[in-house]
Formats: sequence, C-alpha cells, structure tokens
Amino acid sequence: MQPHGHEHPDIPEPEDKPPGYYEIMEIAVRELLIEKKLIGPDEIRRQIEVLDSRTPALGARVVARAWIDPAFRVRLLRNGRAACEELGISFYDDTQLIVLENTAAVHNLVVCTLCSCYPRPVLGLPPDWYKLKPYRARAVREPRAVLAEFGTFISDDVEVRVSDSTAMVRYLVLPQRPPGTEGMSEQQLADLVTRDAMIGVTTVRH
Amino acid sequence: MSMATGPRAADGERPVFKPDDAVRISVRFPVGHYRVPAYVRGRHGTVEAVIEPRGIDNEEEAFGRNAGSKRHYYRIAIPLAELWSDYAGSPKDGLRIEVYETWLEGR
Repeated sequence: MQPHGHEHPDIPEPEDKPPGYYEIMEIAVRELLIEKKLIGPDEIRRQIEVLDSRTPALGARVVARAWIDPAFRVRLLRNGRAACEELGISFYDDTQLIVLENTAAVHNLVVCTLCSCYPRPVLGLPPDWYKLKPYRARAVREPRAVLAEFGTFISDDVEVRVSDSTAMVRYLVLPQRPPGTEGMSEQQLADLVTRDAMIGVTTVRH
Repeated sequence: MSMATGPRAADGERPVFKPDDAVRISVRFPVGHYRVPAYVRGRHGTVEAVIEPRGIDNEEEAFGRNAGSKRHYYRIAIPLAELWSDYAGSPKDGLRIEVYETWLEGR
C-alpha cells in the first residue's frame, strides 16, 4: 500500500487473494478468444472505453429533455430506445428500453431479481447495492420498506409499481419534475437528476 | 387456397396474446440458464403490453443452441398482494415482468 499518513487495514489488496473460479474462467475464455483470433486486445479495450463513457449524466439529459419538450416526452414513453438514439445515445448491447413515468398516482421502481440487468447504455454500470441479493430479493417482496430505507416515503394512495428486468428490456424511470423549477434551463434541470432517481429508489428534489 | 387470404405469417411472427389477456406463467424447472424467476412461476397475471420487436429465446441462446423462431416477450402485470399473501403495502401495488411467449399459458 502507498504510504499516505494512515492505514486502511480493512481494504484487501486485490492481488492478495488467489483468483476465484469465475475469474479463472473469464481469463481462460478471454485468452482462448484472443488465441483463436475471434477478438483482439484492441476490441476488448474499446468495449471497456464504451462502458466507461456511459454515466448517469446521459440519463439525466434524457430526463431533462423530456421535462421541457412534451413531444420528446411522448416519443420517449412510446419507444425509449429510439428517443435516446435521437440524443446520440447508442444501444451497443442490443437491448430495448421502456421508460417508466412517475406520476402523482404511480411510483416506479426497477430491479433485476435474477442478476443485474440495468440500462447501461444510458446509466453506465449499476451501483453495487443493485447487484446484491438483499436489494434484489426485497425490491419485489417489500418495496415500500426498501424505499423507506432510501428516505423515500410513498403514500398509500400511490401505486408502487416494481419492474423486474429479466431478458431483453431495460427500464429507466422518468422522475416527476420537482416544483419550483419552472425557470430552470435544461442543463440546470439535468443537474438535479440523480442515478438513484432514475432507478426509482428516490425522487428528484430541488 | 383462396387468393383472398393474403400473406400468411410465419411461426412466432404474430403475438399469441394481446393486452388485457389473462395468462398463467408456466411451472417448469429448467436446469441452468433461465429468465423466469421462480417466484412468478405458476402465478396468474394480465398482459399489459406486447413488447416489440420479437426476440430469440434467451434460454436456448445461452447454451449456443438453435434458439428457434423469434417470438414475442410480453409485459405481464401481477398484483404484489397476489404474489405474497402477507404483503404489507397498498393493494394497488404491482409487479411488471417481461415473460417470453413459450412460458405463458392462456386461461
């Protein structure tokens, strides 16, 4: 560990442990694919660069545009992928996107109970908690308790709608635009939109 | 054959179910890769939407097998109170999940 004044005794160095079963499997498959010239190291690096270029800022742009442009909002709700592609956001993983609109009557929450399906083209990599079993199991079993732990309290007369992402469709929540933001620019609105609000565990606040 | 019948659709080309259809998710126990979580198997739901475009069978594709004709996924609505008898939230609360055509039975 680099000396910088204090220790981090709880953080293991990655190379301290021997690789696990799936790590070895991933290395073996990758090396085989390269050896058989099916893919090259440049392609692997390029794909990592594609993944790294995707962040919640893209989703926030989509949300802000939907808030200020009613025609775009209609297109986004009709076909999420096509509307994102209008803004230059490509779907490199060949998934479809359903955009779920939060309203005064419905609050949407997204989960993948089987693994970690996530709208990576518009949000980047999922947060760790999204991939862990407690969130995956509880989001469909007691969503209101999960929301409360994120500080989100949904009134009983509002329907909580949980979308479980399992196959080829990914979901993006279109949060409600907070009051008091009428005079804000598209960029100022985008700056309010957080990753968690687009998963549905929080709302957008101003 | 009458000329008036028009072009015929291929297997899987047209959706078998339509919005508002009542359906049951099959009870099957595939070993290995599957896309229908155990907690919804055998449950009754309603088709909310037909998802376009069609897709190949992810479960077959995962094994590198011929995934067959493309078919539709459906967005299925199931009340949470129907999934969990002791569900503590509002009776309005619901699940939406995409299910491949081969897993759905009409009612």
